[in-house]
Amino acid sequence: MTRNLKYLLPLAVFGVLVWFLGQGLYLNPREVPSPLVNKPAPVFSVADLHRPELQFASEQMKGKVWILNVWASWCRACRDEHPLFVELGRKGIVPIVGLNYKDQRGDALEWLRALGDPYVASAYDVDGRVGMDYGVYGVPETYVIDKQGIIRYKHTGPVTAQSLQTRVLTLVKELQG
Amino acid sequence: MKHLFACLVLLSAMVATPVVYAKEAATMAADPVLEKRVMAMAYELRCLVCQNQSLGGSQSEFAIDLRDEIRQQMAQGKSDKQVTDFMVERYGDFILFKPPVKSTTLALWIGPFALLVIGALVLFIHLKRRKRTLNTTPLSDEEHKRAEALLDNK
Repeated sequence: MTRNLKYLLPLAVFGVLVWFLGQGLYLNPREVPSPLVNKPAPVFSVADLHRPELQFASEQMKGKVWILNVWASWCRACRDEHPLFVELGRKGIVPIVGLNYKDQRGDALEWLRALGDPYVASAYDVDGRVGMDYGVYGVPETYVIDKQGIIRYKHTGPVTAQSLQTRVLTLVKELQG
Repeated sequence: MKHLFACLVLLSAMVATPVVYAKEAATMAADPVLEKRVMAMAYELRCLVCQNQSLGGSQSEFAIDLRDEIRQQMAQGKSDKQVTDFMVERYGDFILFKPPVKSTTLALWIGPFALLVIGALVLFIHLKRRKRTLNTTPLSDEEHKRAEALLDNK
């Protein structure tokens, strides 16, 4: 009896290995944990997208829970998620700031005109400097920042109706208290 | 004379070509020592957009941007560690091909050696036990005879 069990041991080890590998198939390799979550959001001040003569400073948002949405007109996935932000912006639950990342001003403005502008302010990050400070490595990216200016959540890639509802908005409500 | 002319044309073409390439290639530091340092570091960092490539080996915009950043910071006299810290602060440990030793990565670092030690122990115990059984059961007379017969036949 024990002899038989001994021969089953490699099979059991193999089974465990297969289970781990199988789990690995369901992980998203693009989802890299951001070291910035629960850290102060990098402070920035760049030109406003709509009015180049004005500056948008992230400190303007202090004291509010807000969403920072990084996007670009050349980004295909941004187009997919944009209607969700337009709808969210219309509801006015939470201010959304757009960070236009490495884009042409004209293209960006045209894009907003065509698809709707849900942003309370649009920052123009022409050289991607702000994006680098936020650890942006693929657009779109979405950050939830609390009243103290701490990043509480980061979403890489386009948000879906479900992820916006379950992750982002639940958190926003909780933070708004 | 004609040959010499052709040779000259050819030679000038060969000399001129790299100049054209130099213009097209990505920015490089003028100082070759610095550039070497930049690229050495770039090969140690993962390109997050094209995850199986390093920042040094990738031509993606992300990699080019970060290489420029490394170059700029090194030109400002920042140490390798300062530049690496800058990257880790923004992109996390994931950007490092060689993960740091931490409580969360301990299994990664020690695991293979632990498995090696366990394997060696199992082998050692197994051999020892086997030796004991071999020693304690000597051949019977009959088995001796059979063995001899087999050997003689050969």
